[in-house]
Amino acid sequence: MELTLSLGIGVLVASGVWLAMRPRTFQVIVGLCLLSYGVNLFIFAMGRLVTGAAPIMPKGGFVNPDAYADPVPQALVLTAIVIGFATTALFLVVIMAARGFTGTDHVDGKEREQ
Amino acid sequence: MTPPPHIIVLPILIPLIAGAIMLMYDERQRRLKLGLGILACVLQLGVAITLILRTGGSSELGRNIVTLYLLGDWPSPFGIVLVLDRLSALMLLLTSVVALPALIYAGAGWHRNGQHFNALFQFLLMGINGSFLTGDLFNLFVFFEVMLAASYGLLLHGSGRVRVGAGLHYIAVNLLAAMLFLLGVALIYGTTGTLNMADLATRIPQLAPADRPMIHAAAALLSGAFLIKAAMWPLCFWLPNAYGAAAPPVGAVFSLLTKVGAYVIIRLGLLLFGPAAGESAGFGAQVLAVGGMATMAYGSIGVLAAQDLGRMTGNLVLVSSGTLLAVVGLAMVYDDAPMLTGALYYMFASTLGLAALFLLAEPIGRKEEGIAGLLAVTAEIYGLDPEEDDDEPRQEGTAIPGATALLGMAFLACVLVVAGLPPLAGFLGKFGMLSSAVQRAWSLPGMWGHWAFVVLLILSGFCTLIALMRWGIQGLWANSDEPPLPVMEALPILMLVGTVGLLTVQAEPALRYIDRTAEALTENAVYIGGVMTAPPVGPEPLAPEPLDTEPPDPGPAEVQP
Repeated sequence: MELTLSLGIGVLVASGVWLAMRPRTFQVIVGLCLLSYGVNLFIFAMGRLVTGAAPIMPKGGFVNPDAYADPVPQALVLTAIVIGFATTALFLVVIMAARGFTGTDHVDGKEREQ
Repeated sequence: MTPPPHIIVLPILIPLIAGAIMLMYDERQRRLKLGLGILACVLQLGVAITLILRTGGSSELGRNIVTLYLLGDWPSPFGIVLVLDRLSALMLLLTSVVALPALIYAGAGWHRNGQHFNALFQFLLMGINGSFLTGDLFNLFVFFEVMLAASYGLLLHGSGRVRVGAGLHYIAVNLLAAMLFLLGVALIYGTTGTLNMADLATRIPQLAPADRPMIHAAAALLSGAFLIKAAMWPLCFWLPNAYGAAAPPVGAVFSLLTKVGAYVIIRLGLLLFGPAAGESAGFGAQVLAVGGMATMAYGSIGVLAAQDLGRMTGNLVLVSSGTLLAVVGLAMVYDDAPMLTGALYYMFASTLGLAALFLLAEPIGRKEEGIAGLLAVTAEIYGLDPEEDDDEPRQEGTAIPGATALLGMAFLACVLVVAGLPPLAGFLGKFGMLSSAVQRAWSLPGMWGHWAFVVLLILSGFCTLIALMRWGIQGLWANSDEPPLPVMEALPILMLVGTVGLLTVQAEPALRYIDRTAEALTENAVYIGGVMTAPPVGPEPLAPEPLDTEPPDPGPAEVQP
């Protein structure tokens, strides 16, 4: 499971970084999305990988923490997803505006001279 | 008499509530919104002054009273805390002192150039204040994002091709920085199991050797995010474009945003990797010192190369933030409180001067022919479109006479502060840094870093002086027609310059305060102790829940007949 997850994160981040460096705004935004997926999975994995364990512990008494998943990274990743989604949506609007102003989807607002 | 403890959360609540109320009104109610915004800024200024007075403290406590506010009243390392100490109070004061004039200036016309300017402005202040107050890394991320989301909207305020193009780059860079931030935070949590800054500072010296590279990697990722915000070379190329494109009042508050990045670097660098951090002590200090000096050099060259005042000021922001970062790097290694004092004082003064320069750029440049003609020749290179002037705000209010003289004097004051010449406050800060650096380098051999810093500090001031004077000759002397200057635009500039004057005249108490701030920063025990030992303040502090709170179940007794 560890290998699969780390490979998944690696592929997502690598593709994201490559796409974010591309000259088209659409490629940049897809790259940023992939990057944020990779980062979110990474946060999730920082709570250690356990299967079939609930993150919410019962009230009162002694609980064995080993039988439960760490709830903090799950709460963090939820916040990160919400914030990332909102800022990506905003970025999309700016990209549309830039396309309207410049008439091109190049990130610099003009095509490179041949 | 101490004010009630809830006052600590007010710098976050006031702009939040003011901004939320503004959203209820549509754009026809601009005057009401502006009034509300100014009221909120005045309140924040009052709260910031109260908080500064609150952090006084005595010599036994390291002259630093650390006040906690437990959000949700969970005990300290578990819940999210707001921490007020000398440094955060100082930064809060700086924020409110810059924000109020910028908002008044926007009221002269800029706030009507787009939607929701006033509400976004308040949300930006909320994010900045929250970043200064929070004692928790993830909470810091949230406030950072609040600040950034508002700053995206403000940068695009007024729209136009140049702004949207600059906004596109600005948002992309900051989204990448946010990813680095999250990676760093996650790695820190995975390694140490805490995100409370004070708790982290106690755990880092005790880490297992196998975990140490992990925490270093995490710190490097995290500081990558903050250094992008603080614009350290080579992560600074986005800044002059974005700040030069922003509307003047927005540029003025944006000069605070780099200081947020620098604040976090100061806070975390000295707290987590200060001399008390065991094997990790001084991690990253060389990078900060060298990077800060490179930023100073890059900014100085940029100032000389820039042609309009907005871009020049953007490069001066780089110089100011590079100076601060270099000093933090040097102070982290050598535990150098006096140098930090000079740097913090210089930061306070130069931020005021830079904000005033952003505001000055527009009234001076409004009616001029000479420099505009000169700019049109080379504007192509900078991607500026000289025909883009149709977004000029409409004028309102009476123009005051003698505008050129007034603007010229204000400009001169700004130059003196930013370049660090006597008699204004910038000189005192620079002199403080120079004298302690020279002292240190003189007493010990082989301090090349300090010598390099001294040379760069003097050179950067010299470059600033040349560039700004050259611009002043063209913009003010060679410009015969009087620019129209409404009172609403003159007042904020005078307020900023007046604050610099106050900082100079009252240099003794100000320097004493900042000196103790620097002292407290290099002695972490007070901060850590203040955060870790605070009891919850609620009516039932941490009452452990009894194991059997349910009433005895009478059910089975009744079933059995």
